[in-house]
Amino acid sequence: MSAKDDIVIIGAAETDQLGKLPHLSTLSLHLEGARNALADAGMTPADIDGIATVQSPGPVGIAHALGIEATWLDGTGVGGTSFLFHVRHAAGAIRAGLAETVLITHGESGRSRVDAPGWGRSPQSLNGQFEAPFGVFGPPTAFTLTALRFMHETGTTLEQLAEVAVAQRRWANKNPRALMQDLVTVDDVFASKMIAWPFTLLMCCLVTDGGGALVVTTREKAEARGYDKPLVHLLGAGEAADSPMVSQMPDLTSFGGFKRSSAAAFAEAGITHSDVDHLMIYDAFAHVPLYGLEDAGFVGRGEAGAFVAEGHTSPGGRLPLNTNGGGMSYTHTGMYGMFAIQEAVRQVRGEAAAQVEGVERSVVMGNGGMFMAGATLVLGKSPR
Amino acid sequence: MPPPTKPAPVPTPETLPFWEGCAAGELRIQRCTSCGKHVFYPRPACPHCYSTDLEWVVSDGTATLHSYVISHRAGPGFAEEVPYVIAIVELPEGVRMMTNLVEVEADPEKLPLDMPLRVVFEPRGDVHLPLFAPAGSAA
Repeated sequence: MSAKDDIVIIGAAETDQLGKLPHLSTLSLHLEGARNALADAGMTPADIDGIATVQSPGPVGIAHALGIEATWLDGTGVGGTSFLFHVRHAAGAIRAGLAETVLITHGESGRSRVDAPGWGRSPQSLNGQFEAPFGVFGPPTAFTLTALRFMHETGTTLEQLAEVAVAQRRWANKNPRALMQDLVTVDDVFASKMIAWPFTLLMCCLVTDGGGALVVTTREKAEARGYDKPLVHLLGAGEAADSPMVSQMPDLTSFGGFKRSSAAAFAEAGITHSDVDHLMIYDAFAHVPLYGLEDAGFVGRGEAGAFVAEGHTSPGGRLPLNTNGGGMSYTHTGMYGMFAIQEAVRQVRGEAAAQVEGVERSVVMGNGGMFMAGATLVLGKSPR
Repeated sequence: MPPPTKPAPVPTPETLPFWEGCAAGELRIQRCTSCGKHVFYPRPACPHCYSTDLEWVVSDGTATLHSYVISHRAGPGFAEEVPYVIAIVELPEGVRMMTNLVEVEADPEKLPLDMPLRVVFEPRGDVHLPLFAPAGSAA
């Protein structure tokens, strides 16, 4: 692929700290991530002509706060996977000549809720009429609703569901930035507080403050600037919609967002599963990585639970998964997708805390809302 | 501050026939006269064939338990119900809806998937909500 069509991530960074940051507003978290990513790229705001981020503060707010007279904006907001969508949209825009260098930002005061958007939904909305009346209280009681059906139809056991949390804690144990680092057992997972049966606390993601940003441009531009870090190439990307309400998914045991976006991304990248050295699957709850493994075809139907329980996704396993510790052990601001991309970039660059040896290609699969929208990125050390 | 009350739906023009049905003790869903498929949630066009010729039909009030969680945290107004069952049920026509299970203990042993259910209607705000009870339990 020519240097001017080869899309690269030239800057990637998170906020200095993750966790409980009540001294930083939503906007400040975005901007700290942006400053760090620009520094990583060796750039200043003057080098950026495109901005992508979710509401709020949205792309206009970010551009204005950074003093950027942006001429390409993307405010796609489909939940925590939005930043994967932004990477794909930025790649398309850059190849079409609509933008040269795009800054993608995330910041969320998920825990301290400093200028965080409210939860309220209109009682006239579809959610307000057909889900909220039944005592749904955020993702822990709605996102989880599909799991029993999945287990019933695939033969996945409760122990295997718990093993997802156990496996990811093994990675977090190697990552000094992970919020939860102590190793846990299946019994520990079962003994933690019951949230929404069959989900206990340790099968649920964290709730934190934090942010991060990416700078996306072409290899041509990166080479012209004399960029001296390993470039991370976008080899393929896909995006897909599923259902605006979890109760209206066409199939509770398979996520169209993972299925269709991964097929598109793999096809564009021209890779098969055996080409993948490292994998990130958005883990808001323990069942979601099991969907990802099956929907993307890394394992067959009904095999994901055993695959994780046998250690294949753990340190030393053949398919290292969620190597930062994931949303369940590393951090989860609410829209976690940015952090999944960040870890994939670190792994491809060879600078992750729990570095996997010889990562040529990494796949990132994002979920937005509760099985609402999905996206997949294939990142590589070498151009396509 | 008074304790929060349970959220009550407010109908829109396209959902009103559904809620009017609930008030009349009927579970009404849409059926496409063009392709014959059933549709839920209420909407102006068939997602299967794009036809706008949808009619309202009365479902027989039975369903099966498709999936569920037992919430140990109280949603707004649900403090006294904890733990309570939030479920997705499947109607004989194949459409699914979210609901709560009533007249049954919130105990996984009592709640096998695919168990037969029947609808009961609970007044809430200006509407009646469709909840489901085990088919065999006393009416």
